[in-house]
Amino acid sequence: MSLKAKDLTGIKELDVEDIELILETAAGFKDVLGRDIKKVPALRGKTAVNLFYEPSTRTRTSFELAAKRLSTDVVNFSVSTSSVVKGESLRDTALTIQALGADLIIVRHPCSGAPHFLARYLDASVINAGDGTDEHPTQALLDLLTMREKRGAIKGLEVAIVGDILHSRVAKSNIYALSKLGAGVRLIGPPTLVPPFMEEVGATIFSDMDAGLEGADIIMMLRIQMERQGKGFFPTKEEYFKNWGLTARRLMRARKNAVVMHPGPMNRGVEIASDVADGQRSAILEQVTNGLAVRMAVLYLLSGVKQ
Amino acid sequence: MKVLIVNGVVIDPSQDVEGVCDILIEGGRIKEVRKRKSAKTLKNRKAESPIAAAPDSEIIDATGMFVLPGLVDMHVHLREPGFEYKETIKTGTTAAVRGGITSVCCMPNTNPVNDNSSVTEFIRKRAMQEGACSVFPVGAITKGQKGEELAEFTMMYEAGCVAFSDDGRPVMDSLMMRRALEYSRVLGVPVISHCEDLSLSAGGVMNEGLLSATLGLKGVPSQAEEVIVARDVALAELTGGRLHVAHVSTARSVEIIRAAKKRGIADITAETCPHYFSITEEAVRDYDTNAKVNPPLRRKQDVEAVREGLRDGTIDVIATDHAPHHADEKEREFDFAPSGISGFETSIGLSMKLVDDGVLSLAKLVGKMAFCPSKIVGLSKGTLKTGSEADVTIVDTKKEYEVDTGKFVSKGRNSPFGSWMLHARPAVTICKGRVHKWK
Amino acid sequence: MQLPSHITLAVPKQAGLRMAKKLLDKKDIERMITRMTHQIIEKNKGTRSLCLVGIQRGGVHLARRLSARMKEIEKKDVPVGTLDIALYRDDINVRKEQPVVRRTELHCTVDNKKVILVDDVLFTGRSIRAAMDAIMDFGRPAAIQLAVLVDRGHRELPVKADFVGKNIPTSLKETVKVQFEEEGNEDRVVLE
Repeated sequence: MSLKAKDLTGIKELDVEDIELILETAAGFKDVLGRDIKKVPALRGKTAVNLFYEPSTRTRTSFELAAKRLSTDVVNFSVSTSSVVKGESLRDTALTIQALGADLIIVRHPCSGAPHFLARYLDASVINAGDGTDEHPTQALLDLLTMREKRGAIKGLEVAIVGDILHSRVAKSNIYALSKLGAGVRLIGPPTLVPPFMEEVGATIFSDMDAGLEGADIIMMLRIQMERQGKGFFPTKEEYFKNWGLTARRLMRARKNAVVMHPGPMNRGVEIASDVADGQRSAILEQVTNGLAVRMAVLYLLSGVKQ
Repeated sequence: MKVLIVNGVVIDPSQDVEGVCDILIEGGRIKEVRKRKSAKTLKNRKAESPIAAAPDSEIIDATGMFVLPGLVDMHVHLREPGFEYKETIKTGTTAAVRGGITSVCCMPNTNPVNDNSSVTEFIRKRAMQEGACSVFPVGAITKGQKGEELAEFTMMYEAGCVAFSDDGRPVMDSLMMRRALEYSRVLGVPVISHCEDLSLSAGGVMNEGLLSATLGLKGVPSQAEEVIVARDVALAELTGGRLHVAHVSTARSVEIIRAAKKRGIADITAETCPHYFSITEEAVRDYDTNAKVNPPLRRKQDVEAVREGLRDGTIDVIATDHAPHHADEKEREFDFAPSGISGFETSIGLSMKLVDDGVLSLAKLVGKMAFCPSKIVGLSKGTLKTGSEADVTIVDTKKEYEVDTGKFVSKGRNSPFGSWMLHARPAVTICKGRVHKWK
Repeated sequence: MQLPSHITLAVPKQAGLRMAKKLLDKKDIERMITRMTHQIIEKNKGTRSLCLVGIQRGGVHLARRLSARMKEIEKKDVPVGTLDIALYRDDINVRKEQPVVRRTELHCTVDNKKVILVDDVLFTGRSIRAAMDAIMDFGRPAAIQLAVLVDRGHRELPVKADFVGKNIPTSLKETVKVQFEEEGNEDRVVLE
């Protein structure tokens, strides 16, 4: 089985069949992660390059480990120390990497659309590890896998996404994925951070968090980027926590078996209280493990022979 | 130079002429325009011409084609001096001629900015030596286009400028815009306004809406244009200056201009570009930088409103805002690519679709692409009246062709219309005493 | 009109349709499984330290049936697991699509055990090579033995089955398919 396109640029470009295939394959890879020898020779001889134009330890490490578990050779291309500083264009950098024999290029870039741009120029498979405020598809996929494990079928679930929706590529990818699979999406946050257009994609918008959490099956907390504070999006982090922070009390508004998720890294005491982050209903650490499985699945499925 | 154009359908709204006529050109001027009966064979076309041309005249058979006054494009960027790697006066005007355009007004955002008579003179000289068509510079409103101090209008006018604009940028300071409109009254020339509130458009790279949120690109709300259109209309009413609104792109802008014209207090004209009546923001969906332009491509409702504005006369002119860029600059992340569409070679093809769709009659179209712009900037172009300089465009509307940006004459290949099927294209363009022919 | 019984009309082959020929039926298969179970028990002198591993997908049902029969005969439980070899295949770079990844659940540790790999059809031997590599990543078995229902020949690697249901010589153009009741069709082995 393979995905329909040679690249993974976003959830927007995937159909339900593709999403199901990735999730099923990821479930198979979780087995591998449970063994003593957590390595299989499936992609032996292939080369993956992490091309990160934004700093990231978690996602980059997760992709690196996923590739290594499949016996892929991995190279990390860290932009601050490279030719990019000397003014090399994105296109030239990518073509150089391809000329070195990369089969898979994992890109994180501050400009929306950068992976789509690269996918046009490269024969290698391009995987979007986060582009500007556009998408972070593997995050949404691992979130889906986690939701399915904890609560069963995605269809019909009520998922509340809380925080800076406007600037969050994680939120966007999740919104598209959940819509495609038939879940109900609620967006909760200050009006300055939740774009009204999202209603047109089928989401319900709340600025009252208590109301928004009523009956929710999944609560996905987003990281508040403190840099936003200075630009008039919200006054202080104390004020933010008071209105949109997830506390144990607020959690009680949701369903009894609701699951708490967070893409990480967390700002404890700003968007989420410590006791909730570490509590029983939190699936935050499982998300990390699932992230590894999902990324292995994506690397595996994109490695078929190109037409 | 002696040319006899036979058997073509002449469309000249400046004289209310529409029909099969022959045209005689001698000494670089239109000598005679005479109605005639259409003839079937080439032999008869010449033989039955009501015009007695000298025997050594070049005969151009315009059967089945439309003979128009040379098109006048009052908003273009020729990039010289300073940005010759994008385009030069030579390559730009050659591309214009290929598009049937025989006069262009070039904007001052060159390097150095055309904000004084020496730069104006440089451009005029260059154009005279190397330009394939006539070039009329537009001078900057403010020094360096910085928006702080008025530039030397009268000295630039004397050196050849026909209008003033800070195009590329707006004049953000309302008091400065007021002064510009007042001062321009000395010369009676139009002030061309690029309407954009920079504080609202800050950092935006496409129209603001669901699509920009979906693509993760920062958006420019339509209000960024409308706020300044409304302001400039009010200032025109206050000062009595001549305002020309550049590249109108939104429905509300059209409404504001329509209402202002109805009030009749001020001398206001407006223009739009082929992309604003042909495509929407959807063209950006794949992060195609060829569709990145300022003002950005808007929604379907805006395109409809612009077309209606052309139909009811609210918008007087179709100009290209020809903005060539080097391929390397466009082949990059959407956020970093410069805005602009290379428009010379698709203008008549796209504009003819307005006639196909019944939005404009051919005569009205020629009015908006030749006669009106010429009048607005005070030229005696856009007409086939006897005695005028021989600027003629003969357009073939019968052959379908596919737009091939790789074959563009302009250095700028940046166009979102690649692979479009169009059917109107100049077969012959006559200007500056030369006859250009293409198959 | 009824034809006399000694005359049979040849059935014309329809263009494009491959004729499936049933080689073995339910009863044949049942007898083979019984015999193979006895052979495995005999060779290994009982069921101690045995572990049956069915190769996805064809060997899974067979492995379960062998284990069930062993329980009937020796009254002992022999652990049965499934092994997916997709990630160990040697043809990943030449296929058009990636093979589907399925579950691997061994239900026993592999160290010092006698692992009986079970598959439905033995053909080139490459699947078995992949299965052995996979098993080695789980630990160090005391021995690996191979049980297959059908050996159709055409080995490309030096692999030999220890326990065989039936040897069926085939040509490369033919395919041997084993169908089990558990998947909906009646037990049978078909040649296409």
